[in-house]
Amino acid sequence: MKATLVLAGGLTAALLALGAAGLAVGDDDDDDDHHEHHKRGWVEPGEDVQPVANAAYAEECGACHMAYQPGLLPMDAWRQIMAPEALGDHYGDDASLSTDLRAEIAGYLAANAAERSGKSRARAFSVGDAGTEALPRITATRYFRNEHHEIPTRMVAGNPDVGSLSNCNACHQGADEGVYNEHRVNIPGVGRWDD
Amino acid sequence: MTNTNPHRSVSLLCAGLLAAAAAVPAAAAGDAAAGAAAWAAQHSQAGGGEARSCASCHGEDLTGPGRHATTGKPIKPLAPSVNPARLTDEAKVEKWLRRNCNWTLGRACTAAEKADFLAYIASQ
Ligand code: HEC
Ligand code: HEC
Ligand code: HEC
Repeated sequence: MKATLVLAGGLTAALLALGAAGLAVGDDDDDDDHHEHHKRGWVEPGEDVQPVANAAYAEECGACHMAYQPGLLPMDAWRQIMAPEALGDHYGDDASLSTDLRAEIAGYLAANAAERSGKSRARAFSVGDAGTEALPRITATRYFRNEHHEIPTRMVAGNPDVGSLSNCNACHQGADEGVYNEHRVNIPGVGRWDD
Repeated sequence: MTNTNPHRSVSLLCAGLLAAAAAVPAAAAGDAAAGAAAWAAQHSQAGGGEARSCASCHGEDLTGPGRHATTGKPIKPLAPSVNPARLTDEAKVEKWLRRNCNWTLGRACTAAEKADFLAYIASQ
């Protein structure tokens, strides 16, 4: 019953999101062409995933790490992360929420998950599995691994200002606004990334 | 002589804020010195991992920013003297004490331990 309610809420929000995606359709086929970024639509060009637009999510899920945009994982992965038992043992931390907050945030994530996105880069995060750990990870998705496998570990784990690849905003200067293109990468202590 | 010293009224105002902070009920009952000692106490980890304390994320100096021990995210200062938003929302305080006691001590804190922590934080 609860699941149906969440789903229904999710569907309404998804319809709204689809409406928005329709308007932003010019952004869709931008695939790998970052040089198109000067074309100005009402959606900030260069946004790779929709920025966070839910206050409860920003507050609750942005306390211990940046609030990851919903478009960075598929719906099923968010569903696993948002299960009550999973929140109680969240990658070794306790991220449990009240019933109301959990329902609101789970609905927001489901409605804006990677496969719901009109943006090609967000959709890429929905392809394949999200890892074999107990909980899925953005950093375990196939697309993520393809984009980051060339970065040597001394720049990540061995770098006190980065620590782990989960720290998107340590390197992607536009991460908080959903901008992940390689031209705005600046690895602390290393500098701009040119390849 | 009337008091025209603006600094005087500012500190009175601050005292008022601290009193308001202590309105997070438990803080009033606590012992700040005991809270300070518990704050720095190191809790060794069963698996041989690094010992944990409240300072692992918030640091020893509550008026300065902290840094989350596992994610590295910066955390704003806890001291109400520099961050007046602290200890004003009872539900938020309760939620984080539950999480942070579990993470740091490996168990829930008792009501007395929580009161001591809050009295210590409120005094900073
Ligand atoms: C109490 C602290 C805390 C809170 C609150 C929290 N998280 Fe996390 N989260 C963590 C930690 C710790 C990790 C593991 C980081 C690492 O491995 O470097 C993590 C990792 C993640 C990851 C995986 C990142 C990767 O490596 O790809 C996702 C996704 C995530 N959290 C989502 C959420 C969501 C959604 C919420 C809100 C319901 C939330 N988090 C709230 C502490 C927290
Ligand atoms: C250690 C620094 C670092 C961290 C941390 C990091 N990235 Fe990256 N990211 C890079 C670099 C460097 C590239 C460019 C790789 C290349 O082109 O060879 C990149 C590329 C990308 C791309 C592809 C961009 C494009 O223009 O094609 C996306 C999307 C992305 N990262 C998302 C993320 C997300 C989401 C996170 C956090 C979960 C993250 N990154 C964490 C360094 C980092
Ligand atoms: C693993 C990291 C971590 C540890 C260890 C930790 N905290 Fe926290 N604490 C946080 C985070 C993250 C927040 C919420 C973020 C914020 O409010 O800036 C927080 C918030 C709080 C708050 C809420 C303050 C307010 O009113 O806004 C209190 C009180 C608190 N912590 C006390 C403690 C005490 C007492 C300990 C030791 C038992 C402790 N913390 C250990 C990460 C930690």
